[in-house]
Amino acid sequence: MKVMSYMAQWRGIAKEAMDRTAIAVKFLCCLHITDAYFCSPTHIYGPSMLPTFNMVGDIVLAEHVSQRLGKVRHGDLVVVRSPSDPKKSITKRIMGMEGDTVTYFDPMLGDATRVAVVPKGHVWIQGDNIFASRDSRHFGPVPYGLIQGKVFFRVWPLDCIGVPGQ
Amino acid sequence: MEPKCMEVCRWFTYIWHNVHLEQMGSSSFLWNFTKKFVTFGLITVTVSDRYVTVVRVRGGSMSPTLNPKTSSSGNFSDDYVLVEKFCIDKYKFSHGDVVVFSSPLNHKERHIKRIVALPGEWFGSRQNYDVLKVPEGHCWVEGDNAASSMDSKSFGPIPLGLIRGRVTHVVWPPHRIGAIQSPPREELSSL
Repeated sequence: MKVMSYMAQWRGIAKEAMDRTAIAVKFLCCLHITDAYFCSPTHIYGPSMLPTFNMVGDIVLAEHVSQRLGKVRHGDLVVVRSPSDPKKSITKRIMGMEGDTVTYFDPMLGDATRVAVVPKGHVWIQGDNIFASRDSRHFGPVPYGLIQGKVFFRVWPLDCIGVPGQ
Repeated sequence: MEPKCMEVCRWFTYIWHNVHLEQMGSSSFLWNFTKKFVTFGLITVTVSDRYVTVVRVRGGSMSPTLNPKTSSSGNFSDDYVLVEKFCIDKYKFSHGDVVVFSSPLNHKERHIKRIVALPGEWFGSRQNYDVLKVPEGHCWVEGDNAASSMDSKSFGPIPLGLIRGRVTHVVWPPHRIGAIQSPPREELSSL
């Protein structure tokens, strides 16, 4: 008799545990889908995007819909997986799409301006602060497949909330 | 006047409530089914993005490892392989890994090839007797079927960030189920 009541209790507890676990799993799946397909926050720091983003750190929202549909354009701020270290993500601005001829100037290599043609399937990215930025001027055009998302909104610091300029 | 209005209101509310409950009862089966379908879809998409997925192999650039062309089997059965995504966390690959990556020429296409040189290595290609160094963060990929394969010989080393997963096993057709073999070192043309 006691065994039966213990079994019934245990079954009740197990069912409740399963229900709670199912809710947690569904929540985590929704989080993953939102993060990977719609919108995710990113922390940007470093001097390469002054004056658009400051050195100490900005938190921005990046959306992943435009790059999947191929709608990323010239002048967009994008989060890109770094071609020299795949574990890091970098944020730069697109200065040339495939087929464009890009004229660029690298202060560290003298005053000459150089010209490059962006091959098919690649984009040319540059930081807004050309004096302190490692970008396509150093590692060449990057494949479109490395683009992770497009920055559309800044949430921190609080006095600069809004769409990042230019 | 007042009590009559109240009575009419109460009567309407009673009717609406009953009709609503009846509708709920008959469509609850559809609602349950939709809920289960959406849950199943969410879990499948999450697992397939983060952990493991099954992918169809097209083309013969990886024969004889994948899609071997034999006249007896016919050309209508492509291989299906198991792709694991745990490697994307640390990006640590080894020689001979077969990987799925987004093509550097067209981000919508995915290719499957084998890694023959890792970042920082000096690599000698048999074709043009050239020796080049694979840059940091990039790798050199080649198909097993050297005769017809669009790989690093045409588009150069690819950034590791383009890799979307590693192929571990063949799961279809049944007579070829098994793990992917990594060829012995001498066959890879790296120095």
